[in-house]
Amino acid sequence: MAMNVPLSWLRAYVDVDIPVDQLAHRLTMAGIEVGGVEQIGGWTNCYVGHVLDVGPHPNADRLRLCTVDIGEERLQVVCGAPNVAEQQKIAFAKVGATLFNTHSGKVEPLKAAKIRGVTSEGMICSVLELGIGEEHDGILVLPDDAPMGMPLAEYLGDTVLELEVTANRPDCFSVLGVAREVAAFSGTQVAEPDAAYPEDGPPIEEQAAVEIADPELCARYTGALLTGISIGPSPEWLRERLTRAGQRPINNIVDVTNYVMLETGQPLHAFDFDKVADRRIIVRQARAGEKHVTLDGVERELAPPMVVIADPEKAVGLGGVMGGANTEVTEETRTILLESASFHPFNTRRTADELKLRTEASLRFEKGWRQGLPPVGLRRAMKLMMEVAGGVAAKGIIDVYPDRPEAQTITLTAERMQKVLGVTVPMAEAARTLTSLGIACRLVGDDALVAEPPPWRADITIEDDLVEEVVRVIGYDDVPTAPLAAPIPLSTPDPAQSVKEEVRDLLASIGMQEIITYSMVSERALELAFRGAEPPAPPMRAFNPISLEHECLRTSLRPGLLRTLAANQRHEGVPQWYFEVGKEFIFYGEGLPNERQKAAGVLSGPGAQASWATSEATTGFYDAKGVLESLCDRLGVAPSFEPLDDPFYYPGRAAAVTADGERIGELGEVHPEALDAFDVRGEGAVYFEVDLAALTAAVPQAERRFRGPSVYPEALRDLALVVGMDVPASRVQEIIEQHPLVVRTTLFDVYAGEQVGAGVRSLAYRVSLQAQDRTLTAEEVQRTMDRLLSRLERELGAVQRQG
Amino acid sequence: MTTAPEILGTLHNIRTVAVAELDGVEDDATLEAWRIAYLGRREGRLTLIMRTMASLDAEERRSVGVQANDVKALLESQFEAKSEELKAAKLAQSAKEGRLDVTLPGRRPALGRLHPITQTMREITRAFISMGFQVVEGPEVELDHYNFGMLNIPKGHPARDMFDTLWLDHTNPDGERELLLRTHTSPMQARIMEATQPPVRVVVPGRVYRFEATDATHEWHFTQVEGLAVDEGITFANLKGTLYEFARLLFGPERRVRFRCDFFPFVEPGVDMSIDCFSCDGAGAPDCRICRGSGWIEIMGAGMVHPRVLDMSGIDHTQYTGFAFGMGVERIAMLKHGIDDIRYFYSNDARFLRQF
Repeated sequence: MAMNVPLSWLRAYVDVDIPVDQLAHRLTMAGIEVGGVEQIGGWTNCYVGHVLDVGPHPNADRLRLCTVDIGEERLQVVCGAPNVAEQQKIAFAKVGATLFNTHSGKVEPLKAAKIRGVTSEGMICSVLELGIGEEHDGILVLPDDAPMGMPLAEYLGDTVLELEVTANRPDCFSVLGVAREVAAFSGTQVAEPDAAYPEDGPPIEEQAAVEIADPELCARYTGALLTGISIGPSPEWLRERLTRAGQRPINNIVDVTNYVMLETGQPLHAFDFDKVADRRIIVRQARAGEKHVTLDGVERELAPPMVVIADPEKAVGLGGVMGGANTEVTEETRTILLESASFHPFNTRRTADELKLRTEASLRFEKGWRQGLPPVGLRRAMKLMMEVAGGVAAKGIIDVYPDRPEAQTITLTAERMQKVLGVTVPMAEAARTLTSLGIACRLVGDDALVAEPPPWRADITIEDDLVEEVVRVIGYDDVPTAPLAAPIPLSTPDPAQSVKEEVRDLLASIGMQEIITYSMVSERALELAFRGAEPPAPPMRAFNPISLEHECLRTSLRPGLLRTLAANQRHEGVPQWYFEVGKEFIFYGEGLPNERQKAAGVLSGPGAQASWATSEATTGFYDAKGVLESLCDRLGVAPSFEPLDDPFYYPGRAAAVTADGERIGELGEVHPEALDAFDVRGEGAVYFEVDLAALTAAVPQAERRFRGPSVYPEALRDLALVVGMDVPASRVQEIIEQHPLVVRTTLFDVYAGEQVGAGVRSLAYRVSLQAQDRTLTAEEVQRTMDRLLSRLERELGAVQRQG
Repeated sequence: MTTAPEILGTLHNIRTVAVAELDGVEDDATLEAWRIAYLGRREGRLTLIMRTMASLDAEERRSVGVQANDVKALLESQFEAKSEELKAAKLAQSAKEGRLDVTLPGRRPALGRLHPITQTMREITRAFISMGFQVVEGPEVELDHYNFGMLNIPKGHPARDMFDTLWLDHTNPDGERELLLRTHTSPMQARIMEATQPPVRVVVPGRVYRFEATDATHEWHFTQVEGLAVDEGITFANLKGTLYEFARLLFGPERRVRFRCDFFPFVEPGVDMSIDCFSCDGAGAPDCRICRGSGWIEIMGAGMVHPRVLDMSGIDHTQYTGFAFGMGVERIAMLKHGIDDIRYFYSNDARFLRQF
C-alpha cells in the first residue's frame, strides 16, 4: 500500500523538528518505510502577488490587463483566466521562471511576450503551470493572508513522503496515523483535529433511519445529516492538500469525505438524501443479478454476499467500495446523509476483486476491522463540511452497532518483555511510548501496565504486539546482541541430503556444469520427452499458470536439460556436459505429490574444452556410463546395466541401471527425433538420470573395512577371447573376477571384424593375479588362467583368440 | 726382459700421449675408446705395461709400481673429469634445443562447476551449520494449511496479498482448492515444530514460487533459506547475535548490521535485517549501485516466532520462545557477485554459469 503524506499536512498535527532525511529514516526504522521523498515547488522567479487592478485588454475581449504588486515592483501582465479579480493574492511568475508551458507541453523558461500588442511582464499561474495540479480553467487564487512578495517556493513549496505501508498498519494509511508515529519517536503528542460542530437541527431520528440486515458483513453504521448546504468548489487549502496527497478535488462535500479518509483512515460517503426513498437506509446483501450503477458510471451486476447500501426501493451504493450514481452529490444537492461504517474486511476485498473495482475505501476496509473508527471520522467530516459548505446539522448521530464488543485491554509485563527481547525497558518509558502512539495505558506497579488499543489500531491484540510497539519506536539498536547460548540440539543428518550434495560435487568434478531449470514446463514439452512412453502419472497443472511454457509441474527433468543444451549449442567452444539435481512431481490424485529427487545429465560434443592439446573426440554412450560408474564407485554402490527399451532413447543404445536388484537410474543415447523436437543439433547427445532416494538406499550402511595390500607380487596375464556378439561383456568380466586370485581386470581391447569372423568379437583382458599369503608360482598362475578359460568356454562359449 | 728404466720410459710416454689425446676428446664414444685404449682391464696400455713389471726384482718393482700407480690414478681422475665435462656440455646442449614454450595453455582435466545458486546456498547453510543448525528440506507443493493457516495467515487475511500464489488445479473432496506451490520456505517451520519438541535449530533451503511478473529483480521461481530456533530462553538478542554472526561470515568480519521493524504475520516482533553497504562501505554514496545511496542493504526478514504459531504447532508459548528468519538466495548471490538481473540464474546460459 502506498500513501503520500505532504509534510505541510503532517505538521498540522505534530511538530516536525528534524530534517526530512532524518524523519524518513526514523519512520523507516519504525516500520513505516519511506520509499521516496518528493519536493514540490522549487520555483524560481515566482512570488506571491497582489492583483491591484484588472482592466480590459485594448485588442482582445477575452483577455484582461492586470497590474500585480510583488512588493519590490509592480508589473503589467496579460491574463486570460475568467476568475482573475482585483485584490486577489495570486502566484506570479516573472520572466525567466521555469514553468509548465500548456501550449508546448514542456517545462521551459517563461519568455517576455507581447500578447495582442501589449507587453506582458510575466504570468499569473494556474496549478497546472506550477506543476501542482491538473486544472487549467482558471488561475490559482491564494488565501488573502498570503504574504505579498514572498517567494512562492517558500510559501507553497512542500515535501511529500511516499510511504510503503505494511498490511498490518492501515492506520498509517492516514496522515494522523503517521503523525502518531512521529509523535512517538519525538516524545510528543499529536494535536487531535477539531471535531466539534453545532447540532442545531431537529433530532436525526426524526429525519432518517438506518437498519443493518447483515451485521456480520457490516458491523457498524454511523450516519449524520446535514441540510441546507451549498455545493461548490472547495477552498484552496483543501484542494491543495488533496492534490498533494494525490487526490483530485471534485466539490466541497466530496472533497471533505476524501480529506477525512486521508486524515483519519475512515472511508466516508455522502448521499444526496433527497434521492433516498423513504429517508431510510438498509444495509443488506446484494441479490443475485441485482444491477447497480456505481459513481464511475458503470453498471455492475452484483451477487451475494456483496453488500449494498439500499433504500426500500433500490441500492444506493456498494458497501465499502463505492457510492451509487443515483444518489450522487451534485450542484443541486441540499441535504446529505453522511455515512461512516465498518464493512467486513475479506468480503469487501472479494467484492472489489470480483468487480475489479479496488478503491481507496475498499483498500482501507480490507486490512482489518476497525469498528471504533466510524464515529471519529463522521464527526470530523461534519465539522469540516459545515465549514466549507454551510448547512445545519441534525441533532445527534445515528449509530447502529448490533454486536458491540467489550472494550479490550492488554497487560504488558516487564517479565514478558525480558523473555522476548532479552532486555527490559522501564515500564514508565514503555507507557510514555505507547501513549504517544495513542495507546492509552496505566501503570500497575513497577513491572506491568494495562493498555487499551485505540480504535484505529486493529493489529494490537496480544502482549507481544505491545512489546513490538515499544521496541520498534525505541529502536532495535538498544536490544543487546548475544549468540545462542543453549546446547546444540542433537540431530541425525539425513543421508539423502549428503548423497545429493556428494553427487553434485562429483558430477562437477568430472567436468559437468550444473544447471537449475524451472520446475514448471509445458505439457507439450513433457509429451515430447516421453515420446509415447507411459508417464509415471499425469502432470499437475497450475490453476493460474505463469504462462503456457510453465503450465505443468515437471514429471521429468528431460525437457529442461535438452532445452539448455540446445540453447547453449550456439556458443562455440563450450563443453556441453550439463547436469541438474532437481525434483520430479508425481501426483497420484490425493495428498501431496511424490517429489522425486533426481540427478540427471546430458552430454554432447567434446567433454573437455577442445584445444591444441586435446583430441576432438565426441561424447558417446560410454562417457555417460563412465560418469555413472564413477559416481557409484565413489558412493560404494555396485551398479548393473541391462539393456533398456524406452522410446526416448535410440533403439538398442540405452540401459537401465540397478543396484542390488533395485532400479536406480537409466542412460542412453537420445533418440534423434527427441533431439529434433528440442532443437538439439550436432552428432547426438547422451542422457542419464539417477533417482537419488534409490541411490541413497543402495549406499552401504556399514563403514568401509580396510584390507591391507598383499606384500606378494602380482602376476599379469593377458587373456584374449573370442565370444559371440550376444554375450554381454559384463558377464565375461564377472566370471573372471569371481576367481579368488584375480584382483583386477581391465578390458583393453574390443574388436569385431574379418580377423575374427562374423557373429563374434574379440575381447582382450589384462588380468592381475595375486595371493594374500604367498608368491604365486608360474605353474599356479598358468593353472588359474587355464581354469578361467575353460569356465568361460563352458559357460559363454568363449575361445582363446589365436595369433 | 724389460728393464726398469725402459718401463719407466714407457710409463712416461703413455702418460704424455694419453693426456694429450684426452684433451682432444669431444664425445662419449671417443672417451670410451680412450678409456679402453689406456685403462682397459685386458688390452689397456697401462694394464699391459704393469703386467711386464712381473720380471723386475722386488726393489725395482716397488719403485716402478708406485710410479705406475701414480700414472694410473692421474689418468683415471682425468677420465672422470672429462666425463663430467662431456655430461655438462650435453645437458647444456639439450637444454638449449629442448626449451618448452611455458606460455602454451596447459592440458586441463575436465572441470565442471556448480550453479551459482548452489554455491551461494551452500555458503549460507554452512554458516548456520557452524552455529549448530541442521539442514532439513520440505515439499515444494504445499497445503494452504501449512503455507498460510499455520503461519497465522488464515483465509481472507489481508497479509495473503503479500504472497501472490501459484495454485494447483486440484480440489479436495470438499471442493476446496488447497494445493499450491509454496510461496516461502516458512511452512517448514510449522511442519518441524509439529514433529519435534524443542530444542529446535534448523535451516531449510529450497525453491519457492510466486505468481508474479518477471523483471530484473523478480522471478516467479526462486530460492530461499529459512531458519528456526526454538528453545527455552531464546530472545531477540539471540536473533541479533545469530544473524550478526551470519552477516560477518558471509559478507566479511567488518560488516555492521541494522534491524528495522517490518511485518510478517508469523513473527512478533518482526524485523528486517540490513548490512552496511560493502560497495561504498556504508557511506551511502549517492551513485552507489548496490545500496542506491542509503548505505544499507536489506538482506532478510526475521522475528520472534509468533505465540499463535507456537501454540498452533503444539508448543507452549509461555514456556518456549524462538526466532525465525528467511532470505532470498538469488538476492544474496546477486549482491555478492554484482549480478544485475535475476533472470540470468534460470536462463542457464553457459557464458553466465562458467563465471562462477
